[in-house]
Amino acid sequence: MKPFPQHLLSITDLTRAQINALIDFSQPFLDLSRDDIRKASTMRGKTVINLFFENSTRTRSSFEIAGKRLSADVINISASMSAVQKGETLMDTGQTLAAMRPHVVVVRHGDSGSCHFLAKHTQGTSIVNGGDGAHEHPTQVLTDLLTLKNAWGDVKGKVITIVGDIKHSRVARSHLLAAKIMGYSVRVVAPKTLLPLHIEKMGCDVFHRFEDAIVGSDCIYMLRIQNERLKTNCSFPSIREYHEAYGLNMARFKLASDALILHPGPMNRGVEITSDVANHAQSQVLNQVENGVAMRMAILSTLCGLEAL
Amino acid sequence: MTTLCIRQGRVIDPENHIDVICDVWIENGHISHMGHIEEVADQEINATHCVVCPGLIDMHVHLREPGEEWKEDIESASKSAVAGGVTSMCCMPNTTPCLDHAGVVHQILNRAKEVGLCRIFPIGAVSRQLKGKEITEMRDLSKAGAVAFSDDGLPIWHAGTMRKALEYASSFGYLIIQHAEEFELTKDGAINEGIVSSMLGLKGMPNEGEDCMVARDIMLTELTGGRYHVAHISSARSIEMVRHAQEKGLSVSAEAAPHHFALTELELLNFNTNAKMNPPLRTEADRMAVVKGLRDGSIAVIASDHAPHHEDDKCCTLDCAAFGIVGLETLLPVSLELVHQGHLSMSEVVAKLTSNPAKLLGLDVGTLGLGKKADIVIFNPSEDWMLDSKKLRSKSKNTPWDGKIMRGTVHYTLLGGEVVYQKEVSS
Repeated sequence: MKPFPQHLLSITDLTRAQINALIDFSQPFLDLSRDDIRKASTMRGKTVINLFFENSTRTRSSFEIAGKRLSADVINISASMSAVQKGETLMDTGQTLAAMRPHVVVVRHGDSGSCHFLAKHTQGTSIVNGGDGAHEHPTQVLTDLLTLKNAWGDVKGKVITIVGDIKHSRVARSHLLAAKIMGYSVRVVAPKTLLPLHIEKMGCDVFHRFEDAIVGSDCIYMLRIQNERLKTNCSFPSIREYHEAYGLNMARFKLASDALILHPGPMNRGVEITSDVANHAQSQVLNQVENGVAMRMAILSTLCGLEAL
Repeated sequence: MTTLCIRQGRVIDPENHIDVICDVWIENGHISHMGHIEEVADQEINATHCVVCPGLIDMHVHLREPGEEWKEDIESASKSAVAGGVTSMCCMPNTTPCLDHAGVVHQILNRAKEVGLCRIFPIGAVSRQLKGKEITEMRDLSKAGAVAFSDDGLPIWHAGTMRKALEYASSFGYLIIQHAEEFELTKDGAINEGIVSSMLGLKGMPNEGEDCMVARDIMLTELTGGRYHVAHISSARSIEMVRHAQEKGLSVSAEAAPHHFALTELELLNFNTNAKMNPPLRTEADRMAVVKGLRDGSIAVIASDHAPHHEDDKCCTLDCAAFGIVGLETLLPVSLELVHQGHLSMSEVVAKLTSNPAKLLGLDVGTLGLGKKADIVIFNPSEDWMLDSKKLRSKSKNTPWDGKIMRGTVHYTLLGGEVVYQKEVSS
């Protein structure tokens, strides 16, 4: 297996063997997270900075818990309290933090390419992409692959149907890239207003009617409708109409009743998913959250060169 | 009387259909005669293996003076221009203050005269404060020295203002230059809308942003009998519409920027902010349409859209980065690729950089006619050099060609018979 890269910016930074290795490394961390004593000394003496320019509860706390369970020192910085508001550039913020010599900096930023920019302009630290604009979110996809692999054994040949705001979704883009590496196929479902131009050229099947896409799906991946975006740039006439056309309700779920249900959270119940489906036994939403901590433990320790517990 | 003789260059003067190896005799800053000349001049220049042609005219330059002198000023732009073989620049009005009244035009012309390296022909604003509403005192601006009118940097967005501008300007024969962009379709866009923007998750600017504006403007040109010029045309359909309008006999012209016939949106795949400009780099099909437009004459002019920006405005994410690249020093070599690749003849490329913009704007430069001012560039079209952005004469270094091999080296630039640039002899 090739050595792991210094940074994790894109899911394409990893080979299939490396992705499978990360999934394997995560398994003991799943057990550790259910032990009475949820602490290992693996990352003792390592420093991790969570640098979040966008609000995030689950990704940030997932990385924080992952680091702390492995005894790393974890520092959280959010844009609202940082020098950004005083006019500091992204480069200066990145270089200032890098000069404090952390081993890993996890970055979430609203601009596509921001993590690549920081990786290029800092030395001596590993940058982890915690979500850059509408571009990529590799750690979420690795988490999803751990979830699916533990449910199915293998993702190869499976069909994942992603529903909702594909245009603004970094999760969808990372899945489209991961599908090629891991050998699963992706369908996307949305009105054209929520699809980027030429998405079919990115290697997926495109649907506008939910019912057409759902039959034959092994996994239904619901994306969050960003209510905050609705006020300024309305890509559909109303929540009511969106729910009618693209909400996952029990009637639609029955068209693929063996499928697993995934959602990167936070869910809008009654908008993209109804409560009965969200609470269904095949919903993996809470498994995704639990697996997210284990996967991020695997990612952090691997980037620090500590590949096993 | 001072004399200068340029020996044995390939003399190309498209306006006078000259393409021949001969000597050029200059007396008191003016072209005196050409041919095989025995007499020895006060100053002799050997132009063997070089092209000798009129000094280039770049009709689309952002000088940044007054107002943003940390990016560029008239002196640094002039040095950059003559190093690139450019002896005449038309400057766009989006400075601070903008070129919406005669005082600023006078100021720029005075500064250009003080610097004395390169002729500057200002382009006046179409609308007061570039706000797109009330039109400027175009006659007054013209008397001060403005050679055309534009709100470049911004489109003349309102159809009513555009109609009025075309009507009023053409009453006096003035040209309106449009930065064709429909904001409703391009808002917040950073790069071309297409497969690259979709892959990178960036907001795109579709071709239709340009096309809608060009279509509207051509209709208004027909309505008003105006003179209309599309700046930095980049979209295949816009070029098609310009061609069609010309076939109908309308006074519609267009210019292309070198980056739009040399590069595509693929340059953005590594988030290169020095490949971010407006209009954006588009697809290979659009690039080939620009080449075709240059070949068949629908696009009469090549202009750089020289847009200097400080490193601080480019050393950031694509969303935050400023639009534009410097172009004065790459205008000639990138244009020469059209010759090297067999798309256009040397004479056709020279025409698009000299006589064509001169005729469009009514400038008394751009030819080697007898008695004309000796604005001349002497370049070796096949001599290589590596572009090192740090060595650009422009104050700004924002070029997508950093580290690339350029073909075509300027050896001398003459303004009114004076050598204003000479290639350094490498040791």
